[in-house]
Amino acid sequence: MSHAAPQDPRGGQAAATDATPGAPGDVVADAEVPLTDTDVVHSRHGGTGPADPRWSEAFTRIVSGGWAVSLGAVLLAVLGGSIMIAVTDEAVRTASGYFFSRPSDTLGAVGSAVGNSYAALFRGAVWDYRADDVATAIRPLTSSLTFATPLIAAGLGVALAFRAGLFNIGGQGQILVAAAAAGWVGFGADLPWPLHMLLAMAVGIAAGALWAGIAGLLKATTGAHEVIVTIMLNYVAFYLLSWLLATPGLLQAPGSANPKTPPTAQSALMPDLLGPRYNLHLGFVFALLAVAGVWWLLHRSTLGFTFRAVGENPSAARVAGVDVGRTTVSAMLVAGGLLGLAGTSQVLGQVTTGFGSDIDAGIGFDAITVALLGRSSPLGVLAASILFGAFKAGGSAMQASQGVPIEIVLVVQSLIVLFIAAPPLVRAVFRLPQPGRRRPPRSRSRRDRKAVTA
Amino acid sequence: MTLELRGITKRFGALVANDHIDLTVRAGEIHCLLGENGAGKSTLMNVLYGLYTADEGEVLIDGVVQRFSGPGDAMAAGIGMVHQHFMLIPVFTVAENVMLGHEETLSGGRLDLPAARAKVREIATRFGFHVDPDAVVEDLPVGVQQRVEIIKALSRDARVIVFDEPTAVLTPQETDELMAIMRQLKDSGAAIVFITHKLREVREVADRITVVRRGAVVGEAEPGASDAELAALMVGRPVELTVRKDAPVRRDTGLQVQDLVVTDERGTVVVDGASFAVDGGEVLVIAGVQGNGQTELAEALVGLQRARSGSIRLDGRELVGLSVRRILEAGVGFVPEDRNVDGLVGDFSVAENLVLNRLDGPPFARRGMLQLGTRDEFARTKVDEFDIRTQGIETPVGRLSGGNQQKVVLARELSRDLRLFVAAQPTRGVDVGSIEFIHKRIVATRDAGVPVVVLSTELDEAVALGDRILVMYRGRVVGIVPSTTPRDVLGLMMAGIAPERTGAA
Repeated sequence: MSHAAPQDPRGGQAAATDATPGAPGDVVADAEVPLTDTDVVHSRHGGTGPADPRWSEAFTRIVSGGWAVSLGAVLLAVLGGSIMIAVTDEAVRTASGYFFSRPSDTLGAVGSAVGNSYAALFRGAVWDYRADDVATAIRPLTSSLTFATPLIAAGLGVALAFRAGLFNIGGQGQILVAAAAAGWVGFGADLPWPLHMLLAMAVGIAAGALWAGIAGLLKATTGAHEVIVTIMLNYVAFYLLSWLLATPGLLQAPGSANPKTPPTAQSALMPDLLGPRYNLHLGFVFALLAVAGVWWLLHRSTLGFTFRAVGENPSAARVAGVDVGRTTVSAMLVAGGLLGLAGTSQVLGQVTTGFGSDIDAGIGFDAITVALLGRSSPLGVLAASILFGAFKAGGSAMQASQGVPIEIVLVVQSLIVLFIAAPPLVRAVFRLPQPGRRRPPRSRSRRDRKAVTA
Repeated sequence: MTLELRGITKRFGALVANDHIDLTVRAGEIHCLLGENGAGKSTLMNVLYGLYTADEGEVLIDGVVQRFSGPGDAMAAGIGMVHQHFMLIPVFTVAENVMLGHEETLSGGRLDLPAARAKVREIATRFGFHVDPDAVVEDLPVGVQQRVEIIKALSRDARVIVFDEPTAVLTPQETDELMAIMRQLKDSGAAIVFITHKLREVREVADRITVVRRGAVVGEAEPGASDAELAALMVGRPVELTVRKDAPVRRDTGLQVQDLVVTDERGTVVVDGASFAVDGGEVLVIAGVQGNGQTELAEALVGLQRARSGSIRLDGRELVGLSVRRILEAGVGFVPEDRNVDGLVGDFSVAENLVLNRLDGPPFARRGMLQLGTRDEFARTKVDEFDIRTQGIETPVGRLSGGNQQKVVLARELSRDLRLFVAAQPTRGVDVGSIEFIHKRIVATRDAGVPVVVLSTELDEAVALGDRILVMYRGRVVGIVPSTTPRDVLGLMMAGIAPERTGAA
């Protein structure tokens, strides 16, 4: 979100002036850094210090909120966005100057500002009802799906890690490393299509997997917390890529002084799905396949079963003979591979004219929001990603036609995370039933008892 | 003073933890609240102590309605609570703990520790305890820590003292001492509420007994009532309290543990040179007060704790150094002490939990794919066989009652081809009805010729279930004795005093 600069599909990066390295960890990393239950295992069965069970409880609660909470969070966030639109609107401000003599003017101005803005958002994201023909009218929808493509893959990566009890904040780094690797194969190798594309994808996915695997390995062997490690790896990836891009003979385009790669070779591109009029590329199909694949992995495979068991209760998994450390590493590898897919779809499908160190476009962090909003389920991630793709596509339209600052969309996205992190708040607002506490505090686990305070 | 609870109702979602409970406690009497785990005793007391707000009903003291918004209000009204798990700060001294929350200061904001010390001494003398006000709490034995809790309550002039399962962590001797203290408190005019599920203790000290079942008061009983009568009231039907079993038919030695040493993560020795053997067809109960190394010993048998030295041989095969996976494959069944933490994945379904440790090959997994059909069929069979009361095999196991959860664990472990069965506290937090069933299954496993090791902190269970009893104290094996050994000898052994004739076998 921090970095969700509006990006012209296929048109290269829009105004990447904000190349501040503060990008890693800007948003969600600060919001929530819960410890996972895996620490508990370490603390009890020979390892690091004691873990606070409250953190793991909060983690579980945030990661597995109900659908109703997700929906409520979106509605509340949109409501918050409306207030922002009203406050920033010129006509509303003028009318509010004489609010007490004619309040209807202010209310009317608020109504039209909010109404027009969301209408513009709809036109830019779903269906352009002002267009002359259907082919033009559905263009916004395909554009939303294009924006959603990398988010789906990245969101799956974060969601899968969540399911294994891991908080993968390292999406940015994994995407950057994957993009660099895939891009290098993409413009460097000379192979026919589709071999070239597939090789570039494979290399990119492997790079993302290995980058995330570092965090998994460190956690499994030394107990280093994956939140810290993945954030730090974001910095490493960012600066590593910056250096590669600025060094002639490495990733930098020959004969150029800009920190930018050469364009991706034609034979490595993910082709357009609906012809050149639309941006939607083959990456979307890969993303959908990834949704199906992750669903299968989680619900039908033994590997996914162990991921979920470790994520829900690492102690019980360990007693059942699961190697928790190895599972952590595998989960991070798969998660990183999915983020790698997001990175490859960026360089092979989205930004094909050469990319800079902002190729991640904030997807690594948006992925966390998407995973939370989608309740860490593959289909939920798909839906949430499309919603966020629509926000991205519609945001620019809103700015262009209504002069509403694009930041409003980012505020709405941030508010969604905020509300998801506070399910009781959402439940209270919409009068949803608060989940009953099944067990009185006394009968909680014996670890809790040890942590009893005076 | 008289404490009265009228029509207390407390709901957690759909669950009614307390259903219009009436209770009257008078000064100078010990009122026992008897009920199974989950019957709603603790919820009721948490309402009384201001930790929960009742949905309906009221608390009256001497006929005046009280409104407690927190434990502070309850304390101010003269209600004290001795929690099962002490609410003490381990690194503080006794005096510091006692004054915590109502510190008195001298000029300049200095703590008035001398006053607190004097108070501790005064109360201790009044009741004949020996507690050093300057001792650091974590260095004190559990029984003494409990006294600190009592002193804390008394220092706030508590007139009603609630003891919530106070004997769970005590040796039989410490329990006797606690009973004496409770009687003294009673004689000094305090009202005592004693929460327990142990029948023996109830009959010993209670003046009045109120039995709670499923959130409601089901009746009052006389202190003279028999165990069977009380148990029947608690459970709602006649219960068989003894474990019916034939003499063991011993086979060859199955498990042979030699000089086993286990250390915790800080390097402290928690199991100190344990040696014992278990034959096929016998039950060895490892008894002792909670926290004397039994848990670690059991976990070492399954590979969850690394053995520092020594050997564990099962049918001649060395288990030390093997992974948990390999040990399970070697035919070791394990019921962990805390099923919610170590035994079950609460959000997983009954079916998933039944195959939790069996997914590395056929029949429940093939080439990395779950065999859901086989699994569900297996789950349905086991739900029937073990009488697991659940809405269906897809129900999350966390929604089942403690007893049914334990049956899921038991069904999973006993369905494998076992060469050793280790059950840690198999009936803890389990309703009396399920206890019967679990005991029967354990005896059946023994009779099938499997060596069985049972960990129990409850002397009754140890005596009823075991063929032999191994008592641990501070990580050492005090002795291994037949289960016919008198209780007082066992009690002394649990306090670390070895019986004269028997050595460590």
